[in-house]
Amino acid sequence: MSKTDLSRRGLLRTGAVTSAGLALPTIFTAQSASAFTNDPTGGTVTLGFNVPQTGPYADEGADELRAYQLAVEHLNGEGDGGMLNTFSSKALEGSGILGKKVEYVTGDTQTKSDAARASAKSMIEKDGAIMITGGSSSGVAIAVQGLCQEAGVIFMAGLTHSNDTTGKDKKANGFRHFFNAYMSGAALAPVLKNLYGDDRKAYHLTADYTWGWTQEESIKAATEALGWETVNTVKTPLAATDFSSYIAPVLNSGADVLVLNHYGGNMVNSLTNAVQFGLREKEVNGRNFEIVVPLYSRLMAKGAGANVKGIHGSTNWHWSLQDEGSKAFVRSFGTKYGFPPSQAAHTCYVQTLLYADAVQRAGSFNPCAVAEALEDFEFDGMGNGKTLYRGADHQCFKDVLVVRGKENPTSEFDLLEVVEVTPREQVEYAADHPMFAGGNLGSCNPGA
Amino acid sequence: MFGLDKRDTTLLLIVAGLTIFAPFILNPFPTDSGLAQFNAGYPDLMQRFVIFGIFAIGFNILFGLTGYLSFGHAAFLGVGSYSAVWMFKLLSMNVLPAIILSVIIAGLFALVIGYVSLRRSGIYFSILTLAFAQMSFSLAYSVLTPITNGETGLQLTLDDPRVLGQTATADGSIPVTNLFGLEMRGTYEMAMGPWAFQFNMGYYLCALVLIAAFYLSIRIFRSPFGMMLRAVKSNQQRMNYTGLNSKPYTLAAFVISGMYAGLAGGLMASMDPLAGAERMQWTASGEVVLMTILGGAGTLIGPVLGAGFIKYFENIFSKINSNVLHSWFSFLPDGLEDFIVFIIYPFIGKGWHLTLGILFMLVVIYLPGGLVEGGQRIGGWFKGRKKSDARQSETNPAE
Amino acid sequence: MDAFLLQILNGLDKGSAYALIALGLTLIFGTLGVVNFAHGALFMIGAFCAVTLQKIFSLSFETVDPDKTDFLGNPLKVKTPYVESWFGPDLGGAIIDWSVPLAILFAIPIMIAVGFIMERGLIKHFYKRPHADQILVTFGLAIVLQEVIKYFYGANPIPTPAPDALNGVANLGAVIGMDIIYPVWRIVYFCFACLIIGAVFAFLQFTTFGMVVRAGMADRETVGLLGINIDRRFTIMFGIAAAVAGLAGVMYTPINSPNYHMGMDFLVLSFVVVVVGGMGSLPGAVLAGFVLGVLESFASMEWAISLIPGINQIIIYLVAIVILLVRPRGLMGRKGVMED
Repeated sequence: MSKTDLSRRGLLRTGAVTSAGLALPTIFTAQSASAFTNDPTGGTVTLGFNVPQTGPYADEGADELRAYQLAVEHLNGEGDGGMLNTFSSKALEGSGILGKKVEYVTGDTQTKSDAARASAKSMIEKDGAIMITGGSSSGVAIAVQGLCQEAGVIFMAGLTHSNDTTGKDKKANGFRHFFNAYMSGAALAPVLKNLYGDDRKAYHLTADYTWGWTQEESIKAATEALGWETVNTVKTPLAATDFSSYIAPVLNSGADVLVLNHYGGNMVNSLTNAVQFGLREKEVNGRNFEIVVPLYSRLMAKGAGANVKGIHGSTNWHWSLQDEGSKAFVRSFGTKYGFPPSQAAHTCYVQTLLYADAVQRAGSFNPCAVAEALEDFEFDGMGNGKTLYRGADHQCFKDVLVVRGKENPTSEFDLLEVVEVTPREQVEYAADHPMFAGGNLGSCNPGA
Repeated sequence: MFGLDKRDTTLLLIVAGLTIFAPFILNPFPTDSGLAQFNAGYPDLMQRFVIFGIFAIGFNILFGLTGYLSFGHAAFLGVGSYSAVWMFKLLSMNVLPAIILSVIIAGLFALVIGYVSLRRSGIYFSILTLAFAQMSFSLAYSVLTPITNGETGLQLTLDDPRVLGQTATADGSIPVTNLFGLEMRGTYEMAMGPWAFQFNMGYYLCALVLIAAFYLSIRIFRSPFGMMLRAVKSNQQRMNYTGLNSKPYTLAAFVISGMYAGLAGGLMASMDPLAGAERMQWTASGEVVLMTILGGAGTLIGPVLGAGFIKYFENIFSKINSNVLHSWFSFLPDGLEDFIVFIIYPFIGKGWHLTLGILFMLVVIYLPGGLVEGGQRIGGWFKGRKKSDARQSETNPAE
Repeated sequence: MDAFLLQILNGLDKGSAYALIALGLTLIFGTLGVVNFAHGALFMIGAFCAVTLQKIFSLSFETVDPDKTDFLGNPLKVKTPYVESWFGPDLGGAIIDWSVPLAILFAIPIMIAVGFIMERGLIKHFYKRPHADQILVTFGLAIVLQEVIKYFYGANPIPTPAPDALNGVANLGAVIGMDIIYPVWRIVYFCFACLIIGAVFAFLQFTTFGMVVRAGMADRETVGLLGINIDRRFTIMFGIAAAVAGLAGVMYTPINSPNYHMGMDFLVLSFVVVVVGGMGSLPGAVLAGFVLGVLESFASMEWAISLIPGINQIIIYLVAIVILLVRPRGLMGRKGVMED
């Protein structure tokens, strides 16, 4: 055998393909006659729900899927209507979207960019999904958002908290309802100041990947602005399970606050380890040592058990909120499934409704028309107060919750209590803020 | 034909036929029937079939012939993807230079890792390759983020230079990958009655590369070089005693299979310009081992079958949800319907890992020769025992 | 100095888990010659024995408390564990509190049974098959086991705290006049690991059964020719190896909340440990476990990371590569094991 043989053949073949392509230039370019990808033609419209079903975030993904199913029911006029009754826009009538019955397909992101893109592609190419939504990590959200931009469908992000999703990796076809790392910092800082004073020394442990870095950057900037000193920032490997060797140096570092920029399993383990090392009972400089977890999730708090008690963090939404929208959502979710929804479920439910509403108002499924309807759209009644979908970066601006692990939970769901609802003005930032710089929305792509 | 004997030519033609007509073969069910769920003839999955087929063919050249079990082959695939995406970012969106570079870089990478790892054999070799791959993965995920873009994966942006191409298209979006103007994502849809078939440019490029890669692997299997590699597998010591130094042969096999992996990585990035670090994780290396063994290690066609099998599971079974199940069994009375769904549900959708694990164990236990052996056994029942035994010993020479 | 001592403690603690898993792996490899990729899954099953026992103790009946409401506004159903109503809140509460240590008793028979079933039902058929087949079938089994656990317990970690009495911190440095604060449960874990390791070695060294097993490890055929049923003894050793891994898992649960993929997280590491220690060498596996644990802790210290960025992510693999290249038989292994 000889290898030159292959390259000669390869070259010949390439030439053949090229000439064939030049001879038939039109056949392969146009997908179909319609103006945009997956224009729904029949009496139904298909949405693609892309959530982690295997891997460490599978439970969060399952909760997202429940919320999506509920949203589809409500859009099709089944069930009690949930937030459709409290939503400030009244375009949706419970008769599907633009009169078409809503159907859905599901996929498994496995919380891997590759797998998430594969399942999103299969939903677009095979099932004709007109919109993709879901996900439980920023890496996946950014990867799928990029794909949807190329394919020409709308992406309504699920749980993604990194600044990059609507910062340096923002895309014209992608929209995020969830809050972000900057907002967490901005919301937490004043509360921390009131609780712990303005001359604390903070020690950061940060998950060593993009989300962790933006989280650290944001909370560091916000606390330093209060007058806090940052003693040290240490990156921990994503694969770490035992954080003891990262916690131990904290003991003698002179710091009196530990900030855990971790999420998911990392957060559960690092918090458990920190409490094990007696940090919660420790006193430094005559003051109580404190632990802060900037991004809280009830599902994860459950994994850490009693360790979360008294520990502050921020969250996008919590089921104990008493506004009409939240109450309506918790009622229909709780009645159907028997337990209250998580923040991931809430954001996914709202995203689906917002998308449907935008289509309805635009009168078209064309991604560009939908994007236009979503941009600078102001709404209320979805659980976070008055909310703005900013056109400049496709980020939602709304109130952010500061929560604390509850000391005496009354049930297995009652783990967090809302300490403060930080108003929207306090977490707003300019679209060209340095933490979000470097990106470009580009122009909307209808595909086809 | 092409310097192959009759049987190999037939095999090559079968593979060529299967790949070229895949859009028909994989879409046997009408689009609006309930069974359309099982159709796999859409561009992304077809591309994955052939790309992972190439990856597994390459892995088989190392494992099937020499018996060296590498647990780090995904690293080469990852390196290949990263090089290809960098080509798209810096040079142009033409896939040809990207694929060439990814093969070269993966080859160099394989040369270094192979040179070190091949100083040991058996499980020590496996652990060495595993260690190298895990190191690459961990570093790509964290410290090397400037090169790899870490968790998110390396993506194209609107302000990449692309010196030979355009930075952004006129309407302000990122240009798409192409081969001298032929867009990889270009798809021609053909409707025939209730059926719809999709013919995708990128898929056909991958398919042609697969056929070429398959041809090359036949040539390697049948060459004196391949014979030497088999000698390494059956008794390396005896080979050394006859005065032959086996190291250059195994290293060559390692590098070739690394280049196959790089080629697969380059193609993957050409079809979908993103390179994620998870591609290099040890579970990804484990996946190609599973593909090869599942299909039949040491056989020519086995790895391709195994790759198709696993990717089909991952992409089709994971999408069956309880809603779909209920619609299938809706003709049954309510109680029975719920019961059947209850029984099946753990094995599909989010349970696809479980089914894959069970099937995998069954294959290893009952079909050590993989799906190829299964096919031969079924063939044997039809043709009578004697004939099949003769055939098995011929098509299974590496065992 | 304190920092170094603390990291040594951390390393020994991590090393305890590595050493216990690697010990079991080596027992199986040394006796049966099987490379068991499902060993991490056994560790995980052990951890879920603790979870299960905690759940059994916490089985509750519901009483309606009309004064409080649940999230839907209905009257709150208050759960009271049966053990608390049977034994009174004090004793009942104590039983739930001590569920992890009690799970040791619960886990031993279960793990031995799991080990027997695995060996008799599956592994037995793979003695004559190539190592690659053994790796593959046990890997498949590991996937199945972890998916089954995920089906019943979900993907989220489940908190299983240590008893309150063992939850605090102790100042280990008080004796030598230094301030070394360390969690009590981690000290317990380390001591427990040493105890188990000692017990296994004593069992092999000082009992007739152990002597026969060691003889069988050295030369299986001759022992068989002497009329001893070595297969049965090896099956028992498999059960013991499974129990060692399972107990490591039980005691690990308070350190990190168990989840279904914890076995896979440890699997690769424990193989590296075995190879670094030397295939088939029991003392090697233990030594390598502790050494790698300590090295991993050192590598996560700041000076190490500032010296070589990313060293904390790759240290284990780096050590494995260096050891395999300069001393292929590992720290304490014999030459020629598994070289084919």
